[in-house]
Amino acid sequence: MSTPPPTLPQPARPTRRRPVSRPNLWQITSVTVALILALPVLVIFGHVFLPTGDVWQHLRETMLGEYVTNSLLLLFGVGVGVLVIGVPVAWLVSVCEFPGRRIFQWALMLPLAMPAYIIAYTYTGMLDFTGPVQVLIRDLTGLGFGQYWFPEIRSLTGAMLMLTLVLYPYVYLLTRAAFLEQSVCVLEVSRTLGSGPYAGFFRVALPLARPAVIAGLTLALMEVLADYGTVAYFGIATFTTGIFRTWYGLADPAAAAQLAAVLLSFVFVLILLERWSRVRARFHHTSSRYSNLPRYQLRGWKATAAVAACLLPILFGFLIPAVQLSIWAAQTTSHWVNPAFAQLVFNTFYLAALAAVIAVALALILAYARRMQGGFITGLAVRVAGLGYAVPGTVIAIGVMLPFAWFDNTLDAFMRAQFGISTGLLLSGTLAALLFAYAVRFLAVSLQTVEAGLGKIKPSMDDAARSLGMRPLGTLTRVHLPIMRGTLLTALLLVFVDVLKELPATLILRPFDFNTLAVRAFELAGDERLAESSSAALAIVLVGLLPVILLSLTIERSRPGQRQRMQNRGEARQNEPLAVPAGTQTA
Amino acid sequence: MTIKKTEPVHAAEVVLDDVDVGYSGQRVVHAISLDLPRGQIGCLLGPSGCGKTTLLRAIAGFEGVMRGEIRLNDETVSRPGYTLAPEKRNVGMVFQDFALFPHLDVAGNIAFGIRRWNRGDRDRRVKELLRLIGLSGYERAYPHALSGGQQQRIALARALSPKPQLLLLDEPFSSMDVELRTDLAREVRAILRAEGTTGMLVTHDQNEAFAFADCIAVLNNGRLCQWDTAYHLYHKPADRFVADFVGEGTIIPGRVCEDDCVETALGKIRGPLSSRFVPGTPVDVLVRPDDVELDLANGEIQAEVTAKAFRGADFLYALRLPDDTEILCVAPSHDNFIISDHVRLRLNFSHLVVFPRGDSGASPR
Repeated sequence: MSTPPPTLPQPARPTRRRPVSRPNLWQITSVTVALILALPVLVIFGHVFLPTGDVWQHLRETMLGEYVTNSLLLLFGVGVGVLVIGVPVAWLVSVCEFPGRRIFQWALMLPLAMPAYIIAYTYTGMLDFTGPVQVLIRDLTGLGFGQYWFPEIRSLTGAMLMLTLVLYPYVYLLTRAAFLEQSVCVLEVSRTLGSGPYAGFFRVALPLARPAVIAGLTLALMEVLADYGTVAYFGIATFTTGIFRTWYGLADPAAAAQLAAVLLSFVFVLILLERWSRVRARFHHTSSRYSNLPRYQLRGWKATAAVAACLLPILFGFLIPAVQLSIWAAQTTSHWVNPAFAQLVFNTFYLAALAAVIAVALALILAYARRMQGGFITGLAVRVAGLGYAVPGTVIAIGVMLPFAWFDNTLDAFMRAQFGISTGLLLSGTLAALLFAYAVRFLAVSLQTVEAGLGKIKPSMDDAARSLGMRPLGTLTRVHLPIMRGTLLTALLLVFVDVLKELPATLILRPFDFNTLAVRAFELAGDERLAESSSAALAIVLVGLLPVILLSLTIERSRPGQRQRMQNRGEARQNEPLAVPAGTQTA
Repeated sequence: MTIKKTEPVHAAEVVLDDVDVGYSGQRVVHAISLDLPRGQIGCLLGPSGCGKTTLLRAIAGFEGVMRGEIRLNDETVSRPGYTLAPEKRNVGMVFQDFALFPHLDVAGNIAFGIRRWNRGDRDRRVKELLRLIGLSGYERAYPHALSGGQQQRIALARALSPKPQLLLLDEPFSSMDVELRTDLAREVRAILRAEGTTGMLVTHDQNEAFAFADCIAVLNNGRLCQWDTAYHLYHKPADRFVADFVGEGTIIPGRVCEDDCVETALGKIRGPLSSRFVPGTPVDVLVRPDDVELDLANGEIQAEVTAKAFRGADFLYALRLPDDTEILCVAPSHDNFIISDHVRLRLNFSHLVVFPRGDSGASPR
């Protein structure tokens, strides 16, 4: 045994760079940022402990049961729907071969670009009494109003369908990633042990992918709980519509906050479920060796069925509504080829860009804090700051509005009493409140992206730059920023698009007379001016396509097994080991 | 900016004087003292977790010292409370994972440390180094398109480009093929010699250390066992750990009978003792595989083959003596004994390495 085993696992080098005694600036910064971002949620939970008023009593006796029932039904319906669509298509495109598979692979993500409230208006416009579908039925059959049955899209079932059509990609994406990451070995082992393709799916692949499926499901369900546009438009009483009604209709902020707290507890159950499934996913990681699995060739009716299964969700979730929106937009050119629409687009883009810069800047601070000063407190702070992605926009809006309004009123009263000047609404009536809410809601998006980018820069690269004569600031500008440029642009784009699509928080927090594309589309649709709302909706969908394209490119590139490492370490021959220990003990 | 190129190459003398290094209050290496003359190539050798990488990072300036001091060419660069920043030490480093900058091409990576040189000098230096590492024409290639061995050489060229007074290498060959390692180590040694730089390598592979270094420090549990040439480490190990870690061999019990003789299961072994013992002292004797020879005709010692490994030119046999003591023996591969064959042996000790019994310097590998 001339050589000790060549690849002894080296103990992880401690990442701590500085003695602990130094003033811990990174920790202080990250905790401060996290606390500020957690403010809305803390305010909402604080209201649980406040005495309940008459309105809350009234709500509990009359509406709360309906909110809970409808929200649960919606969760259940959409949950089943996204699983039924998402898992099979993920399996089909990952391990089978059939015509169009390569296109379906990315096209199945298209519905991500379609906000639920937009698809809801579009189908309503198409399926209501004067819409093209019913007109066609009447023309073909000669029947008149009331003489035939037609399903009502503006119903709970309709809402389930709409949300399913745009939310299944979450399940599809994560499940597909899990299937692709599964080591070929386990599938091949299952086949040598006598499992056919079906048994292989149900006994090996699906159980291994289950954590990913659950993670995708919880993400979709969080979106269901957060949805306001669809249920409001369909007139369904859920938590989000209830919060709006209590806030505006009953003018009782405290009761609205208490309602929001109940909604939040639902959300936290989902967060815990998601966290748990992600931890499980790590255990389900089988091995790090991948290779391209020979795909099952589908022919004849099986291939046809596979094509249909992949085509239908894309058709109903994206193509039909997008075509309908385009037709309407073409019919109403006068409504969007004008300065007012240009102003609207400018407002929206300006707001979204500003929010994106803020979110990415905060994410950079937090991610660096974690890198420079890892540890429990910083890690916890970063996690808390990232929780906003699960909190519905409605809840955040209420949680921002209450403290900001209190601050404005207090300051105004103080200034008037002391100096006789009115400061007005400094925070709550301006873009500041809206931008803060966006930062809370979308920080997780930028944080995740930035952390992934920063992870690509190994600590040894910092050391290498320093040993080549670079000071820390130089390392940042000449090594980190160039490597992270793509990541930062991605993070900016993702937040930008999310802000563009955001509806409920914008509705509550926007300054008087300030409109965005989403708000405009929602208002016009609410006034039954569907065709006129189409231009704003189409603009949102088109911009929303950008991250979908980006996502599909990223997935394509990061696919394991595409490029094996060059070092052929597995083939290193080793001497036949001697049976005796080479000289440690005497006999 | 001054043009460093015209300055004479100044290799550093590295002195560690009673150095302790650690993280957050916990000492990882203790009381290390060694002196690497300028232009020489040293090596820190030891099993994983012995503190060799920590020590290297302290020399580079990434970690401070808790005691003692580190001097480069008589300039104190580290002492408790003071650590000269790594970027001011003029010390190059090659990392285990190479740490090439993915956003820069080969020329950009190599020129990273000499960005203040004027353009002509910089280009010449890059060309010169590429020629030295045998990768001319690769200026515009990006790291991800290169093989592991090529990346490794680029990392070396990048570290050498600012003409460092000292080059540190942190397990630079550990991701290479076993067969390639010693070749690469020799190649890198030649490049360092050509550049006239002092070098310090960290490794857990003794063959790499032998092929690379003039002088080797064997570390165990954060302590320096021996700082010596490869020859001395093998033939005159300072303690039981070095004897065990460097090279092959077994340690068998014995008893000193005269000034230059030890009584063991192999009979009386004669040879100069590594230290003085009172006759009658129970001791442990190191038996290297080349200290015994097969001699089927005249050998006086009987043994049974219990295991064997074919190594090409020779076999390494594990043999059991009549009293169940196990030893190792190297024999040319033209005879091919099988397990449980009985053979005869002859002693061939040039000197004796003897440790007092119960000196627990060794830890099982």
